[in-house]
Amino acid sequence: MTDTTPATETLHDVTVSVNGVRHSAAVPARRLLSDFLRHDLELTGTHVGCEHGVCGACTVLVDGQPMRSCLMFAVTAQDHAITTVEGLCSAPDARTAPTGESMNPVQQAFAECHGLQCGFCTPGFLTTVTAYLEENPSPTSEEAREAISGNLCRCTGYQNIVKSVLRAAEIKAERAEERA
Amino acid sequence: MTTQMFGAPIRRKEDPRLVTGGGRYLDDLGHDALAAAFVRSPHAHARIVDIDASEATEVEGVVGIYVHEDLPGRVGEPLPLLIPHPTLTHGRTGYALAKDEVNHVGEPIVMVVATDRYVAEDACQRIRVTYDQLPVVVGIEAARSGELLVHDDVPDNVAAHMLQEVGDVEAAMAAAPHTLTLDLDIERSACMPMEGKGVYARWDRDRGELRMYSSTQTSTGVRAAVAAKLDLPLAKVECIAPDVGGGFGVKIVHPWPEEVLVPWAAILLGRPVKWAEDRREHFISAAHERGQLQQVTVGFDDDGHLLALDVKLWHDNGAYTPYGIIVPIITSTQLLGPYKPGTYRCEFWSLYTNTVLVTPYRGAGRPQGCFAMERTMDAIADELGLDRAEVRSRNFILPTEMPWDHGLLFQDGRPLKYDSGDFPASLAKLKDLVGWDDFADYRRQAESEGRKVGLGIGCYVEGTGVGPYEGGHIQIETSGRVNVSTGLTSQGQGHETVFAQIVAQELGVRMEDVFVTTGDTRKMAYAVGTFASRAAVMSGSAIALAARNVRAKALRIAADALEVSPEDLEIVEGTVRVKGAPATSMTLGTVSVLSNPLRYAFDEAAKAATQFAGTFDPDKPPVAEDEEPGLEGKDFYSPTQATFANGMHAAIVETDPVTAEIRILRYCVIHDCGTMINPMIVEGQVHGGVAQGVGGALYERMAYDESGQLLNASFMDFLMPYASEVPTIEADHLETPSPLNPLGIKGAGEAGCIPVSAVIASAIEDAEGFPITRMPISPYDLWELRRRHADGEIPSLHRTSRTTSTPSPSSKEPTA
Repeated sequence: MTDTTPATETLHDVTVSVNGVRHSAAVPARRLLSDFLRHDLELTGTHVGCEHGVCGACTVLVDGQPMRSCLMFAVTAQDHAITTVEGLCSAPDARTAPTGESMNPVQQAFAECHGLQCGFCTPGFLTTVTAYLEENPSPTSEEAREAISGNLCRCTGYQNIVKSVLRAAEIKAERAEERA
Repeated sequence: MTTQMFGAPIRRKEDPRLVTGGGRYLDDLGHDALAAAFVRSPHAHARIVDIDASEATEVEGVVGIYVHEDLPGRVGEPLPLLIPHPTLTHGRTGYALAKDEVNHVGEPIVMVVATDRYVAEDACQRIRVTYDQLPVVVGIEAARSGELLVHDDVPDNVAAHMLQEVGDVEAAMAAAPHTLTLDLDIERSACMPMEGKGVYARWDRDRGELRMYSSTQTSTGVRAAVAAKLDLPLAKVECIAPDVGGGFGVKIVHPWPEEVLVPWAAILLGRPVKWAEDRREHFISAAHERGQLQQVTVGFDDDGHLLALDVKLWHDNGAYTPYGIIVPIITSTQLLGPYKPGTYRCEFWSLYTNTVLVTPYRGAGRPQGCFAMERTMDAIADELGLDRAEVRSRNFILPTEMPWDHGLLFQDGRPLKYDSGDFPASLAKLKDLVGWDDFADYRRQAESEGRKVGLGIGCYVEGTGVGPYEGGHIQIETSGRVNVSTGLTSQGQGHETVFAQIVAQELGVRMEDVFVTTGDTRKMAYAVGTFASRAAVMSGSAIALAARNVRAKALRIAADALEVSPEDLEIVEGTVRVKGAPATSMTLGTVSVLSNPLRYAFDEAAKAATQFAGTFDPDKPPVAEDEEPGLEGKDFYSPTQATFANGMHAAIVETDPVTAEIRILRYCVIHDCGTMINPMIVEGQVHGGVAQGVGGALYERMAYDESGQLLNASFMDFLMPYASEVPTIEADHLETPSPLNPLGIKGAGEAGCIPVSAVIASAIEDAEGFPITRMPISPYDLWELRRRHADGEIPSLHRTSRTTSTPSPSSKEPTA
């Protein structure tokens, strides 16, 4: 039972690279990576929708791989490189929009294709799709749908998210060409 | 010319911010706040015998632990019954923290405030509550039997009993050549926004002022309710809805217990306090909807014309009725859809159960009503061997018959009177889109391949944009920046964009110069809230009227300065200029300077506005008698009634002959919400609505066991659709403008989800050949129905005709 919870918690030093910046902090062993990012580092772009690893809103990239940050402890992120939605803005293929925000191809595509409504689940989709396009730079519509089918969205019905994935692939290719 | 903004698929102004991590949702605020957590009842019905928090106080970081006895004055009184109704004779509401008794799993009993949520939850787990368990009422049948009671003082568990009748149903039914009776059942689902509820409150001790943030659909409502509960002057309370991660209805209810308790604790402790709902809390202590049993008796003639419609509804309202009986009232009135019922009687009983409360979820009672009506239409078609679309069309209210008064009272207490709509045109478009007349061929082809397919249809009418009112305020700064505010809130509908489109169009300014604020009581204190697909209609209209006021004022001032008549002026891209002589002009920023005579010159623009600049008439006051300083305007829109949107959906489904898996092959939508402000956003609303409808039709249910435990209170077990479950939606629009408001618009937010269960039931029935009367339907359910059908427990459809005038071979009739 929880009666055994110690009155004071032991803290552990952890050093995590987040969006290219090294952060050191002393955290309890049970501190979730999602809470560490949101509340300790105040990077609130990563959202928490279920805290049991199903909805995917909290997805971040851990060494480039999409992971549920609500299913990781901050201490297990030790020495790993984390990318959050805020970090996508400084990707090499990010471009500054007329409104001033820097957006990677996936962010740009979601904004172009009405791929979001309330925007709460969106960061998880953006990180997931960013990683996916590294693996499969030119998905079909069916592949795009499959790629996002591990994330829940309650607003869009997913149709414009599928469209956004396809558009992101196009923008990514265009920008790769520009950079070449 | 200014580019046409109204009606264009403009990209959303919100999105660059939201896709770059710039959204600020409730739990993104208040990093310095204490955290609240709750001990909630694990029992569905019990008396609280004892609460022992002694072990919890030892947890380091605990700041306060509160039970009902700690709550002073009105904080400890029952929560308000927000929408009273004469027929709600036995309305009951809970307490912010349970007093003596709990009536559903999840009801809050103890609040712990601590340095962070982890600590607060540690403390919660050390609190021992002793209960005396009481008998539990779960499910409508148990509630209806009245053998066991949820509330001792509510006989038969009946919160409300309501009857509306138009015409003599008894006589018409008795005289009808044909009658049918359908028993129908629709289960619970829930809004399930991706962001749960949340509250964050700061108390300014020096000023005696409370600022609170809530993930709400009504910040003005929360402000008023909290001020009343905490006995604070309204002037000392402000409430802000920050970015809200979806609502779909559940966040219109207020004040939630936490909306009272968190500000109360913040004042008591003199420190900011925050609570963010977790997913399990959302499942067991927010709200659900949909659950109803229905009985429809219909009388009709040989051609399928309705003569009498007699409906009985038993509605599960959960443990309490804080939001009144809005949901069953809407079911009972909107059930009629686009049809003339001949005569109509609807009687409903709203029943208590020991489950979480039931309040509006997108569609708000309409999906159930549509299910009842559309199942009835299919049954009539089957009985008479007529085409299902044809039967519907024979009962349509025609455009020439608008406005159509059903003779009933709607949810706003006003007449249920349709303002406009072209149902025959909608149906023609839908049949065309789905290929209605070619379906028989498609089916034959599929059957020859051993596949089972079916075509379904569903039509609805939706009263949108109910009053009482909304307001709009517009102010133009000397820089030309246009600030727009309206009091209702946003949960993803793109209000920043659509309201800016209206202002850009009406005023003649650029989209990028318009900045919209919603849901902030500091900016607009008079507002109602975002529900009933009302934001575009209500705030959109108010903002358009406000923009017209500002425009008139700008033209008056500019005309005076340019020495021309206001009629000779136009505003293009933020510049007021003489028509045909565009060089004679001034920017709206300059007009703003002129509108506000100054004493102090703080910059170059201000210098031009001082009383000593330029010439003036010494006999006139600096601000003209009928004017106010500043280039701003305000207006309110308050309609006499709702405006009625409508839509028709069709789907083709395939059912696996062996596994009974159900797959939606095509989903087609014709949607008419009047004039569209932004078709891209309307379409997005339709997509999202249909997806929620698909969830409600095939996947989502609230699995309560007989002891009132919700067995699937997580995303692991509650099957919310992923992209893999939602079909591609083919949508087309019809724009029948509303004559009721200045923009001709009707609401679009809820529409998509309303007919989906009806449509899918219709399609599965068509594929299977026996009636579908209960939704949602899982493969297991369908498999079980097939078994019962094969055993002769369920009759076959008559199926003398299916979807076209071409009769199907009668040999298809299954033999029991």
